[in-house]
Amino acid sequence: MNNLTRRFGSFTAVDSISFDVRQGEVFGFLGANGAGKTTAIKMLIGLLAPTSGQASVAGFDVASHADDVRRHIGYMSQRFSLYEDLTVRENITLYGGIYGLTDAEIRDRGDALIRELRLESSSNERVESLPLGWKQKLAFSVAMLHQPAVVFLDEPTGGVDPITRRQFWETIYGVAERGTTVFVTTHYLDEAEYCDRISIMVDGRIAAMGTPAEVKQRFGAATLDEVFVRLVRPPAAQPSERA
Amino acid sequence: MKLRALRFLLRKEFLQIVRDRTILGMLLIMPVIQLLVLANAVTFEVKSARMYVVDRDHGDMSRGVVTRLAASGRFVPTESSPSMSEADKEMLDRRVDMILVIPEGFERGIVRDHRAPLQLVFNAEDGAAAGVMQSYANAILTSYAGELGAEVNPMLARSVSGGTDPAPMRGHPVIELRRRGWYNSELDYRQYMVPGILVVLVTMIGTLLTAMNIVREKEAGTLDQLNVTPINRSTFIAAKLIPLWTFAMIDLAIGLVVARFVFHVPMLGSLVLIFFAATIYLVGALGIGLWISTVAETQQQAMFVTFSLLMVYLLMSGLFTPIRGMPAWAQWSTEVNPIAHFVALMRAVLLKGARMRDVASHLVALAVISSVVLSVAVRQYHKRSE
Amino acid sequence: MAGRRSALHAFMIKEMWHILRDRQTLTILLLLPLAMVVLFGYALRNDVSDVRLIVVDPTPDHATIALRDRFAGNPRFEIVATSRTGEVLEPMFRRGDADLALLFPPRFAQSLSDGVPTRLLLIGDASDPNTGSTMAAYATAVIASYQAEIGATGQAVRIVPELRMRFNPTLASVNLFVPGLIALVLTLITALMTAISLSREKERGTLEILLVSPLHPWQIILGKVMPYLLLALGNVVTALLAAWIVFHVPFRGSLTLLLLSSVLYSMVGLALGVLIAAVTSSQRAAMLGALVGTMLPNALLSGMIFPIASLPGWLRAVTYIVPARWFIVISRGIMLKGVGVAYLWKELAVLSIMLAVLLIAAVRSFKPRLA
Repeated sequence: MNNLTRRFGSFTAVDSISFDVRQGEVFGFLGANGAGKTTAIKMLIGLLAPTSGQASVAGFDVASHADDVRRHIGYMSQRFSLYEDLTVRENITLYGGIYGLTDAEIRDRGDALIRELRLESSSNERVESLPLGWKQKLAFSVAMLHQPAVVFLDEPTGGVDPITRRQFWETIYGVAERGTTVFVTTHYLDEAEYCDRISIMVDGRIAAMGTPAEVKQRFGAATLDEVFVRLVRPPAAQPSERA
Repeated sequence: MKLRALRFLLRKEFLQIVRDRTILGMLLIMPVIQLLVLANAVTFEVKSARMYVVDRDHGDMSRGVVTRLAASGRFVPTESSPSMSEADKEMLDRRVDMILVIPEGFERGIVRDHRAPLQLVFNAEDGAAAGVMQSYANAILTSYAGELGAEVNPMLARSVSGGTDPAPMRGHPVIELRRRGWYNSELDYRQYMVPGILVVLVTMIGTLLTAMNIVREKEAGTLDQLNVTPINRSTFIAAKLIPLWTFAMIDLAIGLVVARFVFHVPMLGSLVLIFFAATIYLVGALGIGLWISTVAETQQQAMFVTFSLLMVYLLMSGLFTPIRGMPAWAQWSTEVNPIAHFVALMRAVLLKGARMRDVASHLVALAVISSVVLSVAVRQYHKRSE
Repeated sequence: MAGRRSALHAFMIKEMWHILRDRQTLTILLLLPLAMVVLFGYALRNDVSDVRLIVVDPTPDHATIALRDRFAGNPRFEIVATSRTGEVLEPMFRRGDADLALLFPPRFAQSLSDGVPTRLLLIGDASDPNTGSTMAAYATAVIASYQAEIGATGQAVRIVPELRMRFNPTLASVNLFVPGLIALVLTLITALMTAISLSREKERGTLEILLVSPLHPWQIILGKVMPYLLLALGNVVTALLAAWIVFHVPFRGSLTLLLLSSVLYSMVGLALGVLIAAVTSSQRAAMLGALVGTMLPNALLSGMIFPIASLPGWLRAVTYIVPARWFIVISRGIMLKGVGVAYLWKELAVLSIMLAVLLIAAVRSFKPRLA
């Protein structure tokens, strides 16, 4: 993307960010709350229109070829966004059909998915009855169902226990190895260490970018935590516009 | 490609509706309750008035007045006394609805001067009821006056309700007035209201549930998820509107059955015409629901806005009060009020047996309104999704 | 004690902020009553001012013309069609283009001067029985006066009714409606908003936090409902002012008594709202419950718009448990009749009993949450 900007009225949420993400890499998108992460992601996946600048995802420009972009990406939102009152199978069938999979594909991939997640016994139960960890895993799998080129994950491991988190990241590595680009935002800085490259957003701009090692080195910090704190709360900071 | 996605979406919508007990209740139970309660409650019909008689004349004629009034069935004499203050107190206590005061010298006045006054005091808290009662009383008194005229002076013209004297005097004009009411021969107010209530039903479902349904997805976040998929907005909108359209039609059918068998509403006209009109009308109603979903952020807001909007529309639609009684500006507004058109159409078709060409103007109006509303709503929806 | 009071105070302020921040709902809350006052003041009337008349006159002569002129000259009537045959009737009635039809017999004048009973036929669109009868009555009156005129003059007997419309001399429907509107507004704000707000906190789980705090449960309830009470009263005063200034709705009784009764009625509404929030499991259900359980009976069964006397027996029995019904008697009594407590004690007592019952029920339904 290039100089991607998004303004809301007089407030600039995302101020001219530019970077590239390589195929098959796991890219961590970090930043404090309100730094503009979610806004940036929404622009990339076509939920918000950029005020200026351009970006392209999976080879398609987000502004002019939004539909093509949508066909080739997967998305897992911060809030759980499968249908709680539908069963596991029904959700799979729905999204499969929406993404244009044939009935056979839906059935086969759905079966595989259920097997992998070991949800055979609950495949016909409503999603709302699943524990949170399973829900997240299911959401991820559904996002991958149509084998997108890029998958965007917005805080995928929020509120989940550490074991499930680790399992999740194993899955992420798995798909990345198979060539899917993974764009992750997260609060957990230890997870950031798992990424191939990261970027840290502060007040709408990118304050740091590179592999975790590079970033730590540049700021002379031992952990990304330190880097983060140093960036987000610099000494003698001016009060930001929003409280 | 798009149609296939639509099919999947529709399946999801139907599943969700059927599984949501609250909505299902609203779809199936609400219509029946609405019909039963509303049809019985929503009536301005004035059946009878309790009458306190203050008779200061005590003559045959004053008794005659009371008898005539009572005989009509609309006036029920409760008590009588010569004291006005007693009568007043009874009215204040809401034990009587009106007071008939026949002053002293009533009979004398009739015989001697051929005219005599009396007083009718109505409890006009309910102005409309008082007005109706007043016109009944007037009619009865006029006809009694005619009778008295014949008594007092046999040369006079006969009463307007038609006398039975076989040998009228030559040279004196006699008018016999016959009255007939077309449609609603039993004068059952409910028959008049039920077609309109069916409109309310269908509208409630179409608009309210559409708004709530879409806002629910907004609230849950699943809307974003769908927006990221290759589905375009039109497919999404169609998927939302079609199931509710179906259910609204089902409810209309249920409502018509209840109307026919419980309220004995005559179905003089073509039911096909009704469903045809309902289709057009629903497009507009659903469109309003869509529009509401773009301005409301929570389901509560959606409900609130819908009810308020609908209430104003309903009150101004001629459903409860006649359009003829409204001032000019209000009558103009009913032209763009789809509820007004649909109610008029329902009443005309069901109660009067109107045919397509009789209600053509309403159909055209509905078509225009519905298409405008839907396109505005869709455009608004597109805009808001940016 | 001072510490407790300021906690309650802070709580109430927070509630106020909640309400004020939901600008959409607030706008509707303020505008809706005003809109309804306008509607009922200007637009919604039950009287019929314009009767569209079809005249069917097979053989026009001086007598038919004379009677037709009577109708033409009468501002209540508008002759929309004249025809020699009755064919035009059906289509015009069906289209809703006419309300009433007057049919003359052939050779009307001749028949009259012969002294033969001459039949005039009045056909009305009676789909709406009320307006149908009224319109026919108007027409009958016109015919009757014509009849009296062509009869031997000076000898017709006339009974002259003097009319007095007590409590509402202008028969303005807005006078009837405004007292009911107050009830509606109060219910809207108290029962509905409270139910929603409480159930929202319950659903979000923030209610539990409150229950664990040093605040007493009754303080929580009080803090939650106070802002709504104030809002409700403010709204009532606004509506009353609007009604009085714009429509000259009379106010003959004591304002203090009305406000006190409004407070009583509001508390009934609040208790009802709390009860609904306690027994429903979700916000949506709470809102639906409040709408169906309070607003609908208020609008339909309280006598606000539709007279209770017109209801069938079983529905009339139901109205006894609708609090608004009793309040409307009070508000109408104060506004239109100017009566005081002496006349209204029964209604006030009923409301008080309702309040007590509802409060007990509400508190009891919240108790299990405490355990």
